[in-house]
Amino acid sequence: MPSPIDYQNLQPLAISFPSVSAKWIGRDFVDAVKVRWGIGRNSSKVTPGVYKIGNPDSQSDVFVSANYKLSFDILRKNLKSFNAWILVIDTKGVNVWCAAGKGNFGTETLVRSIDKTFLKSIVSHRRLIVPQLGAVGVAAHKIKEQTGFKVIFGPVQAADIAEFVKAGYKATPEMRKINFPFYERAKLIPVDLVYWKYRLLAALFVVFVFSGLDRSGFLFTKMLHTSLFPALNIFTGYLAGMVITPLLLPVIPARAFSLKGALWGLIFIVFLNLFFIAPNIERIALALMGIAVASFAALNFTGATTYTSLSGVKLEMKWSIPFQIGFAAVGLLLFIISKLI
Amino acid sequence: MQYLRNVVTLKLNGDLCTGCRLCAIVCPHAVFEIVNKKARIANIDNCMECGACALNCQFGAITVNSGVGCAAGILNGILNNTEPSCGCNATGENKTSCC
Repeated sequence: MPSPIDYQNLQPLAISFPSVSAKWIGRDFVDAVKVRWGIGRNSSKVTPGVYKIGNPDSQSDVFVSANYKLSFDILRKNLKSFNAWILVIDTKGVNVWCAAGKGNFGTETLVRSIDKTFLKSIVSHRRLIVPQLGAVGVAAHKIKEQTGFKVIFGPVQAADIAEFVKAGYKATPEMRKINFPFYERAKLIPVDLVYWKYRLLAALFVVFVFSGLDRSGFLFTKMLHTSLFPALNIFTGYLAGMVITPLLLPVIPARAFSLKGALWGLIFIVFLNLFFIAPNIERIALALMGIAVASFAALNFTGATTYTSLSGVKLEMKWSIPFQIGFAAVGLLLFIISKLI
Repeated sequence: MQYLRNVVTLKLNGDLCTGCRLCAIVCPHAVFEIVNKKARIANIDNCMECGACALNCQFGAITVNSGVGCAAGILNGILNNTEPSCGCNATGENKTSCC
């Protein structure tokens, strides 16, 4: 027989929320550096759900975040002295902007996590602060329709949140803009450097092996003795496109990235040539290949920028990729000829 | 910084606009301005086709062929015969600086 219900001592169902601090500890700094170098990037996730910062109550603001650890860390760092809720939605560990572009930070996911976390019983107001870049995936009017919450788009940078809230949820035009300053560009370089390493090694391997070509066949010692200059041409092109172009992006006025990369490649390869003695045909051959690499590497940086459009990149690729393939092919052909004459 | 000129697909139908300003709020490149309670495209070449304005225009006044302007993604799409996609696919892989 079931025991009778003891109505005097019933405990109401209590839900507790994990509290997070605005302070970064050592591990957070290490994580921030690691993701930039592509280390453990896929496991850098925060468990989706509701978090507390300070001592929020039913009137406190709700800030929506992606579950990419760096996004979450930057948000909480900027909520110092706030009493607020953070609603972390499942974006598969991808940052707000990228996840918004792919629908993981979108209307549907946001509606689902509002329901799943019983947000309506946690707060009595009906407003959500969503990062502005989340607007790529979140339709404010649909959230209102489906959940009753009014979406307020916050500033682009979490660093402006305090000022934004103080101004009565109003962002200045500057807070609404995404810029692409030097240090932002610099931060994005390492992960691409690491990502393309095998393709770089493949290109280096090709010039390395072809360096040993000779009229009499293939000479191993010739390969060892003459491959440094060709390898340096490729490597210079790689660095010109992958490091110099992003760092000095506004310096070359050309708008097309492939053109910026090709010009930086040309400049650095001309400089490299000052230190080596080689037949002219070999110089030209290697320069063509190096420029092709620089141009392609720079074109690739379009994916990291904050201002290139899909239509624009498609247009640029249409004319630049045939040029890059042509440069590389003619360069390789001339290189082989230079070895045989 | 501005990318190639005269190429973006952004269009605004002024007749449908109610002047709610949301397009100007969500745009990260100040493409829109509000003049006499109507949105107007002020700097079309600043547009990166992110699609935030069109998605948040509940009156359907804005259209844009949106997507990510990423060469590696477009190349992947062509090679795999799919939509443009960077390393960061649905499983949340996050390989290039695209994401």
